[in-house]
Amino acid sequence: MHDERLDVESLHLWRGDRHVLRGVCFSLASGECLQVTGPNGSGKTSLLRTVCGLMYPEAGRVLWEGRDVRSDLRTFHCALVYLGHEPPLKADLSARENLRYWIGVRHRFGAAALEDALERVGASPWCERLVRTLSAGQRRRVALAGLALSMVPLWLLDEPTTNLDTEGQQLVGSLIGEQLSRGGMVLAAVHHELPASLRELRRLELA
Amino acid sequence: MSGYGSPAAGVVVPAAPMPAQATVWAGSHQAPLLDAARLALARDLQLAFRKRGQLVQPLAFFAMVTMLFPLAISPELARLREIAPGVLWAGALLASLLALEFLFRDDAYDGTLEQYALSGQSLTWLIFAKTLAHWLLTGLPLALMAPLAALSLGVSEAAVPGIVASVAVGSVALSLIGSIGAALTLGIKRSGALLSLLTLPLSLPVLIFGARATQLAITGGPLLAPLELLAALAVLGVTLAPLAAAAAVRISLE
Repeated sequence: MHDERLDVESLHLWRGDRHVLRGVCFSLASGECLQVTGPNGSGKTSLLRTVCGLMYPEAGRVLWEGRDVRSDLRTFHCALVYLGHEPPLKADLSARENLRYWIGVRHRFGAAALEDALERVGASPWCERLVRTLSAGQRRRVALAGLALSMVPLWLLDEPTTNLDTEGQQLVGSLIGEQLSRGGMVLAAVHHELPASLRELRRLELA
Repeated sequence: MSGYGSPAAGVVVPAAPMPAQATVWAGSHQAPLLDAARLALARDLQLAFRKRGQLVQPLAFFAMVTMLFPLAISPELARLREIAPGVLWAGALLASLLALEFLFRDDAYDGTLEQYALSGQSLTWLIFAKTLAHWLLTGLPLALMAPLAALSLGVSEAAVPGIVASVAVGSVALSLIGSIGAALTLGIKRSGALLSLLTLPLSLPVLIFGARATQLAITGGPLLAPLELLAALAVLGVTLAPLAAAAAVRISLE
């Protein structure tokens, strides 16, 4: 299982009469991080959503381990986690309950792993509080705990550092660093540069 | 070629390869489908008990509708008994329609549906689990309330089992039919009117056979035939509705 590899071949995406993605190509191998930059409306989110199979491109392919993901979306989805710009959390559940349901639907994990993930993002002191009482930055941290908990090779992150304080942004950097060092891949749409501590950083600029 | 993004879009500088380590990805711990469906069900039930207002609304509506009839028509029990099946079923149908709007709306809004679609699990099963939760929270309570409403309309106690059975089975079909409409109208703001327009025509067979079964239960006739037809509609719904709703949810996510 060490030949995980994502290849994106000349993706073209239209939204109505707007040509959003114009032949985007890149590939990601084990241990690589690609940060997608570009002004608002340049199609960063559309690119992530197209790669993970939520949107259908008009032309082009996404290949996972050399196979077109459309032929087996289920396997591809088991290998990725997508974090949109809003954390996918229920306001009326606590942080801990949210993680148990959200990640539990995907795969099994032990109680200790859950505590570790909460501890890792600094959520332990307030993980019993309902998410509606948490600040935007705290919600983002809960989403990051979900990321740490889901052991998958491919992370698709949309503005992962939004609403986070300096320490939180560094946390994103170190989570990504760990993901890369265990052979994972990260595709991140970012406004602010990811922390410079990440050495394996490549950029894809969308016009 | 101005349309082809910046040059960087096509060319990516290769990075130094990282040493591959023995990593166990979660793919090997993939949650079994039934566990995932059970979690989806448990999540919806827990959420419903956190926001009880939403839970009570359709039930209160049902109680009000059925109680207004004796006041508006006449307190004569014989006349009320005659209209009881129609009142009960029209009330149940409208109450379940009222609850439908909440079926997917919050989940679409906060990204839960998106995560379900990307979970690597069958979206059809997760949608089925959600619909089941919806029935447990609206259809089943309606079936339990129906006898109370029926008694207030002058129906004798002997009819209670038949009424509970017909509303319970019929509401399964209503929830499932409704799930398709709710999924189809996900992308639309203020979708209530459209949702009713889509769902009501499909629900009419349930209304007709449900009211007939209830009428036969009240008059003491053989109600097995309409009950079986209701059950057939429910089974048809179980087999087809989650597939259709899941497809509609996928489209709404694009």
